[in-house]
Amino acid sequence: MSTNVSHKISRRAVLRGTGALVLSFSLSPGAWPYAGSGPQSARPKLPGNLGRNPLLDAWIRVDADGHVTAFTGKAELGQGIKTALLQVVAEELEVPFEQVSLVTADTSRTADEGYTAGSHSVQDSGTALRTAAAQVREILIAEAARRLRAPADQLRAVAGAVLGPNEARITYAELVSANLLHVEAQPTTKLKDPTLFKVMDRSVQRIDIPAKVTGGEAYVQDMRLPGMLHARVVRPPSYRAKLLQVDVGNIEKMTGVVQVLRDGNFLAVVAYREFQAVKAMRALSLAARWEESESLPKQARLSETLLGMPAQDQVILDKHDAAGGPSKTLEATYARPYLSHGSVGPSCAVAHLTDGVMTIWTHTQGVYPDRQAIAEMLRMPLDRVHCIHVEGSGCYGHNGADDAAADAALIANALPDRPVRLQWMREQEHSWEPFGPAMVAKVRASLDSAGRIVDWDYGVWSNTHATRPGPAGALLAAQHLERPFAPPEPKPLPQPEGGGDRNSIPLYTLPSAKVTHHFLHDMPVRVSALRSLGAHLNVFAIESFMDELALAAGSDPVAFRLAHLDDPRARDVVTAAADEFRWAARPTPAGGHGYGFAFARYKNLAAYCAVAMQVRVDRETGRTRVLRAAAAIDTGQVINPDGVRNQMEGAIIQSLSWCLFETVSFDATRITSVDWATYPILRFSSVPESITVRIIDRPGTPFLGCAEAGQGPASAALANAVANATGKRVRDLPLNAARVKATIGV
Amino acid sequence: MIELKVNGRSYEVSADPDTPLLYVLRDDLQLNAAKFGCGLGQCGACTVLVDGAPTLSCVTPIMLLEGRQITTVEGLGSREDPGPLQRAFIEEQAAQCGYCIPGMMMRAQALLQRNPRATDAEIRAQLEPNLCRCGTHMRILRAVRRAATLMAGPASSPGTAVTPAAAGPQLDTPDTETGAQGDARSRPAYSERRERPER
Repeated sequence: MSTNVSHKISRRAVLRGTGALVLSFSLSPGAWPYAGSGPQSARPKLPGNLGRNPLLDAWIRVDADGHVTAFTGKAELGQGIKTALLQVVAEELEVPFEQVSLVTADTSRTADEGYTAGSHSVQDSGTALRTAAAQVREILIAEAARRLRAPADQLRAVAGAVLGPNEARITYAELVSANLLHVEAQPTTKLKDPTLFKVMDRSVQRIDIPAKVTGGEAYVQDMRLPGMLHARVVRPPSYRAKLLQVDVGNIEKMTGVVQVLRDGNFLAVVAYREFQAVKAMRALSLAARWEESESLPKQARLSETLLGMPAQDQVILDKHDAAGGPSKTLEATYARPYLSHGSVGPSCAVAHLTDGVMTIWTHTQGVYPDRQAIAEMLRMPLDRVHCIHVEGSGCYGHNGADDAAADAALIANALPDRPVRLQWMREQEHSWEPFGPAMVAKVRASLDSAGRIVDWDYGVWSNTHATRPGPAGALLAAQHLERPFAPPEPKPLPQPEGGGDRNSIPLYTLPSAKVTHHFLHDMPVRVSALRSLGAHLNVFAIESFMDELALAAGSDPVAFRLAHLDDPRARDVVTAAADEFRWAARPTPAGGHGYGFAFARYKNLAAYCAVAMQVRVDRETGRTRVLRAAAAIDTGQVINPDGVRNQMEGAIIQSLSWCLFETVSFDATRITSVDWATYPILRFSSVPESITVRIIDRPGTPFLGCAEAGQGPASAALANAVANATGKRVRDLPLNAARVKATIGV
Repeated sequence: MIELKVNGRSYEVSADPDTPLLYVLRDDLQLNAAKFGCGLGQCGACTVLVDGAPTLSCVTPIMLLEGRQITTVEGLGSREDPGPLQRAFIEEQAAQCGYCIPGMMMRAQALLQRNPRATDAEIRAQLEPNLCRCGTHMRILRAVRRAATLMAGPASSPGTAVTPAAAGPQLDTPDTETGAQGDARSRPAYSERRERPER
């Protein structure tokens, strides 16, 4: 451990000697997850994202009136991160929850914490804020000790003040001075003992919900700046379409139209009122003549197409330990189609060019990378572009948010000093967002005569799961300009988190195993990150196949998993989900009812999650109705139990929607799933009767995140329940009524 | 000029008569709750009440609405004084991103005005036209059931046990009344229930 190395001896000395009520934790790489090491590579690593800006007052400020402001580079996406981060700060800093406010992702105010993605916010920003808050508390205690001439270990922080002997009390407001917190974070931190938590590990109500249910200004869609204009874009009808001709004369004469913009294949209209912009957009769309060309694969043969594409093969696991001889070998192929993020609110942004600075209010997941891409596109210096996150509709990954921000910036760039609000139409979001990639997985494994897995060979075929900005070429508008920016070369995301190969290595104990990532470079369909990336299909495949193996071994699915699991936390979560579901007491499948179980540890390094499900399959129609689901999750130290439950319920229901209903459809030229009629998703009639979530609390352990833990297990539990109900295995998603009916053959 | 009655007030609106109500609510009246989701009447995010009936404001031109009573979420109460449906959604924490929620609330309001004792099946059927992508459905259903109880008043609580409590909200026990008001910041809700592994 190198955690006692420090450059600022005086501060460290201050930090070391205090805190009767706090515990000192060693922050070794084994104890806490580290993310981007930031600029201080020569220094000791700091917890979470703290290294990205080690100055404490980049994260925590205390005003002269005692109000605390916390700063995070992460964004609220509807996952409740604002409330959770405030809980962390209030707890460690010893201030009342309501006296803390939070500034989220803003390129002029917060640290660069990259993207809000991958269930990383609590791990990275939560850990950084927690550490910073604890260090600020100790600095304030040390300052009080100096003023009171009392030993710091006789002082304690309570409710925004430091208390000392003889009823001495100095408020934080009195203690702060200009540069007291303008110091670098230290490698060691006295974190609070979890048994003393008053705000963390409590279901504090979310701070954003009241405005959302009372008509408050809650979203970028709700922004109204003085003099704001409304814009709409006209997108090409297909990926390779080229604009041949457009006569804008009549459109410029339409009521309310301020301007029509054309730059290469980029077309937009600007009007005073929103519906005037919509009408002008429709007219412009009719006026534009495009040359289209076929570029899309045959949807009916999608798996074959993916398997036949040139692949860069990476063997990511290859181990050969002694094992018994194989007595039974099974193999199977699983696949999923392209999936839409399907945000209910189409992407939106507001942009304003004034005094040579472009300000963009956007629901991007990454204000800094988005700024970089937009600055490059506009050929503006980075410091003249300012991106501020404002909530949008839930995104579930890389949807149209960044593209809409670029559209708005491009339009505002043509109309200096006029704020421009741009929102996509439904069909634009559905046809132009980057989809979750279609994927195929092939697996073969053998059982010995005792029913144990002795070898395992798994391959997954996938495009990249990250075409996010950073480079301008990632933005649609930039690709469509007269002087276009080329899309960046697709790259696989590296292990251990992985992209298409995320969770392709089973957590099970397997004596011999090989896992190959067949990375597909060519992208006939625009793709990027969809919640849980490749973990969705990989866990679906692995956990479906585990059930097929259990059946072949004559084992109970839960017992079979436990027999191959050594990780005690994995075993706990499997046992807890089985108990929550009353798995052992489930009836024999009959009358179309079936029961399924699945487990994964997200990325093999984050939250543990197991899901059990009961379904009823109507043999006449093939329709599957999920009756109940029970889940267990171990997300390490919990910040907000109700927030974890909300995320888990959402993960289960969203996965049911993906797996029962969803397929992006296309012909040779165009995306044809362009609205909710052509891309149906789950509605209330398919919502289970009950979903229960059991949280396994692990006080004092690192945060593991939770937003993406459930998608894989929920999807496989569904497939396993359908197989249990029907006696037939469906391996291609979605398990829609037609496919299930065709498979069971009635 | 078209006269619209929204949340009990009259407005003279200069927008073109073919303008869908949604754009007038959002741009002319600066009301945030009704949301643009599809513009096609497929998702319900824009749902408002017209003479008490749920109506898709994104496909309903204002020329059809002269003299009709239009109600939006803003008409159900305010952040400072939330109505029963708003309270119920806060108490059940029935939102993730929340974009679909105002539409859900207005469709639920139409049902509960007509039938405060609506069954679970009736609530689900009522909400079928509205999409939620975050998967908040279980909480939305709970919130509507809770709102029904709040609207019915303490004397005639049907079904689920809901009793006023002086203590803060207990979010982990969904069927327990909370007494919380709208602002979570001033009234943090704590829960004591925690589960730990046996070992």
